[in-house]
Amino acid sequence: MSVPSYSITAVNDADHRPELAARRQDFPILERCVRGQPLVYLDNAATTQKPRAVIEAMARYYRECNSNIHRGVHTLSQEATERFEEARVKVQRFIHAAHSHEIIFVRGTTEAINLVAQSYGRPQLKPKDEILITAMEHHSNIVPWQLLCEQTGAVLKAVPMNDAGELLLDEYVRLLGSRTRMLALTHVSNALGTINPIGEMIDHAHAHGVPVLVDGAQAVAHMPVDVQALDCDFYAFSSHKLFGPTGIGVLYGKTALLEAMPPYQGGGDMIKSVTLTKTQFNDLPYKFEAGTPHIAGAIGLGAALDYVQEIGFEPIGRHEHELLRYASDRVASLHGARIIGTAREKASVLSFVLDGIHPHDLGTVLDCQGIAIRTGHHCAMPVMERFHVPATARASFALYNTPGEADRLCAALRDAQRMLG
Amino acid sequence: MFDLRALYQEVIIDHNRHPRNCRRLDSADRIAEGYNPLCGDRLTVYVKVHEGVVEDVSFEGSGCAISVASASLMTEHIKGKTAHEVDQLFARFRSMVTDATPTEEGLGKLEVLAGVREFPARVKCATLAWHTLKSALSNEHSTVTTE
Repeated sequence: MSVPSYSITAVNDADHRPELAARRQDFPILERCVRGQPLVYLDNAATTQKPRAVIEAMARYYRECNSNIHRGVHTLSQEATERFEEARVKVQRFIHAAHSHEIIFVRGTTEAINLVAQSYGRPQLKPKDEILITAMEHHSNIVPWQLLCEQTGAVLKAVPMNDAGELLLDEYVRLLGSRTRMLALTHVSNALGTINPIGEMIDHAHAHGVPVLVDGAQAVAHMPVDVQALDCDFYAFSSHKLFGPTGIGVLYGKTALLEAMPPYQGGGDMIKSVTLTKTQFNDLPYKFEAGTPHIAGAIGLGAALDYVQEIGFEPIGRHEHELLRYASDRVASLHGARIIGTAREKASVLSFVLDGIHPHDLGTVLDCQGIAIRTGHHCAMPVMERFHVPATARASFALYNTPGEADRLCAALRDAQRMLG
Repeated sequence: MFDLRALYQEVIIDHNRHPRNCRRLDSADRIAEGYNPLCGDRLTVYVKVHEGVVEDVSFEGSGCAISVASASLMTEHIKGKTAHEVDQLFARFRSMVTDATPTEEGLGKLEVLAGVREFPARVKCATLAWHTLKSALSNEHSTVTTE
């Protein structure tokens, strides 16, 4: 790695919102160069960068009180347990859950959805029962339900969308039938950026007695979430898309549902007592947390939540919204550009194709200028099929990105057109 | 721009814009499909083999500049070769795009793809057509993927 020669002033951040301009310096990685150029990181929908506060909180745990939780009577174990449980309360407050025992720590959104499919869905689904998802789901909110359908004989149905990438709500209401047992949908689409009207959709589902799981992976870094106001039954998200570490995520579930569900995995920490013939399971949330968890990860997530709440979603949302509009206008003005996903309500994702240039070639040309975007199907192959493209290029923004970076993206895209078009 | 011209050489850009032998081959007696799920690249390779020698070869499909140019260059290069010679050529080609100390001898025009070595994420693009050709020659009818 070359010695970073990049400073915050070098990219002209005069155009960054004043309340966020200084925040860029909180992220050490943004000081590095890639292929001799200051890094422009626009792959935030894949994972976000980590602020110093998160890196430090995790290092502090390892330095000061590394030990196992919920077991030892010694001081380190008590301190570790306190920090771990403190993180759970931070998550509870962050998503406005009624109780901290409704917060289950898992590896990420994917594991959270698999947990619900196997623990909630599998014991009760019958052949010909229906699970409803949407046409814009990430593979992690498709495949667990397909597996469940194979296991139970249930049928998977998907709410279609229009050419802008908005769900067809009339179709949705029509698809909610007497056999529908579950609705699982994304809050924000990772491939299109669409923000779904989940509040309204949850109300409709509940009117039919259908519980709802919301995949919040792409939402939590960009907007406040209130699970009680939404009245969703389950809400899942990953820490690493929210400035926290990888390997830790959250499943929120309503107490009554979680209590009725059998454990997902067996092991230590999820039991009250074990004999060789009978095991009594632990109470919530520990019933679903078998084995030693990612303790440092939970603590890092807690620090990430403190970090974004200190800034506040109002300035974050305003900044990202303006940046998305600015970058979208610039990209749309390029010759032969087509933006994939033009919903009225969008968050931070700019997916596009350029005539005659494959997204992977764009990705390589941009990488050579130190610009990181995602190219490919974004783990949403049905979305690519719906829009008749094999892949797209996707720039996705976070609070630390600037209009200057959007300009560098567009300049590099023009270079790619000159070279390959 | 860092090393970019080393990857996207004029020959590659030309073969991407005007791919050679890019058509269905009605007389083909070996056909295979190749798929790179990472990029969504799809290729069909058609081969006509006569007395153990590749008499004609063509391809159809869509993909990035590297995969299309590689397929186009490959079809120009293997006519008149035996299956064994194609195998040896593919081994040398693969070595050129993956090994730290490659042997590029005897690859001729295919050497324009040597720049791929600097871009590990793009190796699969360069080798897709070759994997597909190999599958066609060994008469496997299933779709090969780079995964």
